[in-house]
Amino acid sequence: MTGFDHETLRQDFFSLFGLPRQQGLDVDRLEALYRDIQAKVHPDKHAHLADSDKRLAMQWATHVNEAYQTLKDPLQRARYLLQLGGHDARLETNTAMPMEFLVEQMELREAVAEAKAVGDADPLDVLHRRLKKDIRAEYAALQQALDANAFERAGELVRQLMFQEKLIREVDDALEVIER
Amino acid sequence: MALLQLSEPGQSAAPHEHRLAVGIDLGTTNSLVATVRSGMSVVLSDELGRSLLPSVVRYAAAGPVEVGYSAEAHQASDPKNTLVSVKRFMGRGLLDIAHSESLPYDFIETEGMIKLKTAQGVKSPVEVSADILRALKERAEAALGGALTGAVITVPAYFDDAQRQATKDAARLAGLSVLRLLNEPTAAAIAYGLDNAAEGIYAVYDLGGGTFDISILKLSKGVFQVLSTGGDSALGGDDFDHRVFCWVIEQAQLSPVSLGDARLLQMRAREAKEYLTQHGEAPITAKLSTGEFVDLKLTTEIFAEISRTLVQKTLGPTKKALRDAGLAPEDIKGVVMVGGATRMPQIQHAVEAFFGKEPLNNLDPDKVVALGAATQANLLAGNRAAGDDWLLLDVIPLSLGIETMGGLVEKIIPRNSTIPVARAQEFTTFKDGQTALALQVVQGERELVSDCRSLARFELRGIPPMVAGAARIRVTFQVDADGLLSVSAREQTSGHEAHIEVKPSYGLSDDEITSMLKDGYTHASDDAFRRALREAQVEAQRLVEAVQSALKDDAHLLSMLERAHIDSCLTKLQSVLIGDDRRAIDAAMDALSKGTAEFAARRMNQGVRRALAGKKVDEVNL
Repeated sequence: MTGFDHETLRQDFFSLFGLPRQQGLDVDRLEALYRDIQAKVHPDKHAHLADSDKRLAMQWATHVNEAYQTLKDPLQRARYLLQLGGHDARLETNTAMPMEFLVEQMELREAVAEAKAVGDADPLDVLHRRLKKDIRAEYAALQQALDANAFERAGELVRQLMFQEKLIREVDDALEVIER
Repeated sequence: MALLQLSEPGQSAAPHEHRLAVGIDLGTTNSLVATVRSGMSVVLSDELGRSLLPSVVRYAAAGPVEVGYSAEAHQASDPKNTLVSVKRFMGRGLLDIAHSESLPYDFIETEGMIKLKTAQGVKSPVEVSADILRALKERAEAALGGALTGAVITVPAYFDDAQRQATKDAARLAGLSVLRLLNEPTAAAIAYGLDNAAEGIYAVYDLGGGTFDISILKLSKGVFQVLSTGGDSALGGDDFDHRVFCWVIEQAQLSPVSLGDARLLQMRAREAKEYLTQHGEAPITAKLSTGEFVDLKLTTEIFAEISRTLVQKTLGPTKKALRDAGLAPEDIKGVVMVGGATRMPQIQHAVEAFFGKEPLNNLDPDKVVALGAATQANLLAGNRAAGDDWLLLDVIPLSLGIETMGGLVEKIIPRNSTIPVARAQEFTTFKDGQTALALQVVQGERELVSDCRSLARFELRGIPPMVAGAARIRVTFQVDADGLLSVSAREQTSGHEAHIEVKPSYGLSDDEITSMLKDGYTHASDDAFRRALREAQVEAQRLVEAVQSALKDDAHLLSMLERAHIDSCLTKLQSVLIGDDRRAIDAAMDALSKGTAEFAARRMNQGVRRALAGKKVDEVNL
């Protein structure tokens, strides 16, 4: 395990890819860097070597995959930034959200349940598009908040987005069932 | 990116050190073995020039185990002892098998994986598959004139952990060193992508004898990245045969037929299906043991009608895979068709209609998987030539989860995660002084444990006794590049490593494998001792070469003292390598591995730094 405690692996995910620690991120560039690093560390590149090398390659490739997945997804990236800043502790337990947001989500949820019960794809498609639009706006606000080090506000937006992403997944799952 | 030319470990292998590596397509109906010769991937044929090996094994009361065509010839005359499509039983229980009542075998009622009674004793599907693999191994060694370094064996992308593990166990029984388990559609994508220098997003539609896979891949600058995969590991050409068989029974108004007659009609059904790929109608004639005659005509239209729901069943997973990748049918640049069953016109039409473009059929759908696997095997064995620096990034097909309170599943690794992947989870004890903990690991997408497939029960022992809730046990679930799960656990407060006992739900335990291996040695003329020695020598030689090559490239990473230590370990291994003391070889290998661990770590760091540096230099140049 010696090699796996190396400094390269102790650094945060942004440093691993040599990227600035911020919410705004060039995803294409991240992907290109990810592929370049995987091309060096992936187990397939070490399959003919000793077992210890293979193990090391697996640990590295696993780590790089995790780093990539975390940074690629804007919600995970934001949570990771909050975590690095020491502000993520209350994300799972704190469910306080503005009343206005909650009422709106409640209505959306009912609309989804109704469309699911009827088994009609069209209203679900409409809901999917509306949610997608809301989510895009929230992400823009989240990036602003993080850039301004407004962690409290960022945490609130992350909580809301977790809620919205879950709902849009439900819409997609319902669509899947109908279209099957 | 041409600014920094980095040599890869192993690239410096001289031509005379070419390692013999093969790709094996272990199919439901047919199996193949291929290798790379003079830079070209080729399928290896038997002495009669036949490239396919029917995946049929016969365990007759008298005589040796027969594999392939000779076994296939006895399907109708000796149905109980002639095992076909055994891949459908890998890692499966009796209840998982569709139409098991119409199969001629004597299944044994056991927990876990199916077992079959034959004239040569009880056989697990793993042993039957091992016999097929052994025949392919012998074919390859005869053709290549030497012992194989290793093999890449393909599995359906939608195979779960139990089915993958069963395949790897079969290879171990056959004496094959597995370089990698490779997903069949991914293997096909490699063969297609490298042949056509393809770039963009492709779908691979792979309908084999017993399994269906759909994979969506992004091909870009030598990287084959699987974005998502889906499928049905119990849907294939066999099911179309079965539909025809049922139609024949119904049309000819046959009363229940004997096992031999059933097998005969199934063969006729398959022949008719194959005939229909080129013709508008197929005659089905048979003389049954009862004296009854069957004389029917199956038209393309009737066949399409009776198999319509099967064709539809492939489109569900296709939609799901596209959705998981966040793509629509029109985003797909090309659909590569793989597997003999894609020759059926109704499949071609359905795929064309769904994707809105003509599918790509320019590869032999029977051979493409083996050819791709051979290319990958060649690369993994370290036979790397210039331009061979492509990379494969594959995914896990089904989510992994653990059972929580109330029979619910908590997902720990979601489907379509790029492998290798790991996830750590903390658990605590429920009672004072509790020293053991059990985890039920399942695979599947549903929320209830009862709707998912149980993979294994992991029992963690040796947790230091503490008050309830005080222990913090960190369990790490690691899925490796073969898509196989391993679990490790550590008690955080004491740093105590917990012992883990694995009880696979549908697999063979390590003890069972060991005893099967032993049986194999006593039955075969191959001397177990000599064989183990030879394997150790080959392994040791490989390690020596790997270390020498690493030293040649990166000796600057070592201090003089460290270098001297590695050199002495190397000399020691080289001196015992030629002898016949296996324990000395193992010990010297162990010492060299340990002695080079830190070196390996530094080289890896250097590789990553250079990858990033290369990128930055590249950008300055833009």
